[in-house]
Amino acid sequence: MRKPLAGSSIRGGAVAKRAKSEAQAESMLEVRDLAKYFDVSKPWLARMIERAPRQILKAVDGLAFDIKKGQTFSLVGESGCGKSTVAKLVVGLHKPSRGAIRFEGRDVADVRSRADSAALRRRWQMIFQDPYASLNPRWRVRDIIAEPIRVFGLIKSRGEQDEKVAALLRQVGLSPVDGEKYPHEFSGGQRQRISIARALSSNPEFLVCDEPTSALDVSVQAQILNLMKDLQNEFGLTYLFISHNLAVVYHLSDKIGVMYLGRLCEVAGSKELFARPQHPYTRLLLETIPDLEMTGREREPVAGEVPNPINPPSGCAFHPRCPFANDRCRSEIPLPTERAGHTVACHAAEEGRLPDAKFPAPKRPSAS
Amino acid sequence: MSDNPLGVSRPTSLLHRILDSDIFYSFSHSPITVLSAIVTAIFFLAAAFAPWVAPHNPFDPATLDLLDAFTPPAWEEDGSTKFLLGTDDQGRDILSTIIYGSRVSLIVGFSAVLFSVILGVGLGLLAGYLGGWLETIVMRMADVQLTIPAILVALMIDGVARILVPVHLRDELAIYVLILAIGISDWPRYARVTRGAALVERNKEYVSAARVIGVHPIKIMLRHVLPNVLGPVLVLATIGLALAIITEATLSFLGVGVPPTQPSLGTLIRIGNNFLFSGEWWITLFPSIALVILVLAVNLLGDWLRDALNPKLR
Repeated sequence: MRKPLAGSSIRGGAVAKRAKSEAQAESMLEVRDLAKYFDVSKPWLARMIERAPRQILKAVDGLAFDIKKGQTFSLVGESGCGKSTVAKLVVGLHKPSRGAIRFEGRDVADVRSRADSAALRRRWQMIFQDPYASLNPRWRVRDIIAEPIRVFGLIKSRGEQDEKVAALLRQVGLSPVDGEKYPHEFSGGQRQRISIARALSSNPEFLVCDEPTSALDVSVQAQILNLMKDLQNEFGLTYLFISHNLAVVYHLSDKIGVMYLGRLCEVAGSKELFARPQHPYTRLLLETIPDLEMTGREREPVAGEVPNPINPPSGCAFHPRCPFANDRCRSEIPLPTERAGHTVACHAAEEGRLPDAKFPAPKRPSAS
Repeated sequence: MSDNPLGVSRPTSLLHRILDSDIFYSFSHSPITVLSAIVTAIFFLAAAFAPWVAPHNPFDPATLDLLDAFTPPAWEEDGSTKFLLGTDDQGRDILSTIIYGSRVSLIVGFSAVLFSVILGVGLGLLAGYLGGWLETIVMRMADVQLTIPAILVALMIDGVARILVPVHLRDELAIYVLILAIGISDWPRYARVTRGAALVERNKEYVSAARVIGVHPIKIMLRHVLPNVLGPVLVLATIGLALAIITEATLSFLGVGVPPTQPSLGTLIRIGNNFLFSGEWWITLFPSIALVILVLAVNLLGDWLRDALNPKLR
């Protein structure tokens, strides 16, 4: 059904893990200096009358990261930090204002012809946040799942298509007879399973998941995450995972990028990031993870709110909320620098002004 | 379904498939819908087979006799069984004229609604989904036209078309001119509703999902957005059918509609209106009742269709 990846012909997590380390050198996706600006100015006439300047929202500004084959890269951050915009840029729903997205070393912007673009699009897919809006309410589930197959012309005969859809439905834990139903006959978790089945139908290698669990019940969240993990192990999928839930991200990702106001503050391996967070914002986020043990650990209350991205603070965008900010932070934008396996954009970390911090690993979300 | 005891699991013929469908089930379980479907069908059949159904041919001046004028309905004192619902001022049989007249009204109404739906939905879909300067142009055009009453727009188009059409073709082309005029006068309503709905649908994630795999925008519009905006348009179109018939009647009243030798339901009501206070009530009453029943039946059918096509209400 699917072309197995080298070294992963046998099912199981251990084999997939080995495949991961073998493919360590190979990048699936490289993002360089990616930026997306939105023009949120008032209409021309209103601007002329009020003499108001154009207003530009820098949703994403100068992002750079790599995703290795078979791994999961997660982007976390508060609402409005631009993480969903990154997801849309990567799959081509937005055109970048600046920068490059390279898929297996090939710049996506260079792909012009329809055939080439279809060949490229077949290899990535997206899973959306809201399972109630991501399935066309007028289509039967089997048509929804088969849409990518039909668009890319992967399977011509109707009978084989039906078989493939039935197999996909079984794969995501639904029954083949569910294909005859309409989306409104399913619960949120089931709809998200349908969404995943649709994403898998064109045999993609790279999945962009834009907060796939945030609209779901906590117990269902764990089921969907486990399903995604199983599918990754089985097919050697590469994930770009967008979330605001650090506990979810911790157990799923190999690498995590923390975003703040359109920029990356810190990128590190997930265990490393949780064990030794460098950037003050990462530490602030980790403070917010609730734990059941009630260790009585002193917690810093989260201070301040995300500033308006149309008019971001000077220098480091985080300085109004940062306890370690000094004059340099207020005037100079920090550049990402390598430091002990982390890529951190922070003057305080660079100058060694930060105290050490260690956090307990979050509990694995369990299916109940 | 009792007609179809075995075909439930494996529908064989087209008829079986229709009898088996959800839509037919919801249809057969709503008595009002069945009744309005029957009434609409009677009107359609009578209109389609008018020359065979109607007792007289009111469009043929040779069969008319002025001595029969103002004959009351058959059950009245001076009534005659020859003219069941009486006659008008020229001795035309009211029943036959209703049958022939509803033919004209239905043809003009349906064609005009179809024309304005295609025009309005097409433009509204393009404006709502693509946005940009196209949206600005289309919607400002619609706004401007909405400030002028539809009947005036229709009158203007009718007037312009009449000047352009050569004299000897006027009566022949009158019906097409009427359809064009009513159709153009009504498109902004459909365009507005469609654009509004398309704006909502365009930002939903199922449209994004289709864009991610590179489905062509026109295909997304037709296969994803259109089915989701058609519900309100369908309801609007049934009301539009009534409005189109009324617009047609108004135009006929003003003497720019169908030629007087081929009266529509509206023309009949207008003619009868002149005699309403002199005692000949039947000339205007029966065509009015026919019009009300026709419009009501079509509207009820439209309501049912809206619910039946919405999978959430099944």
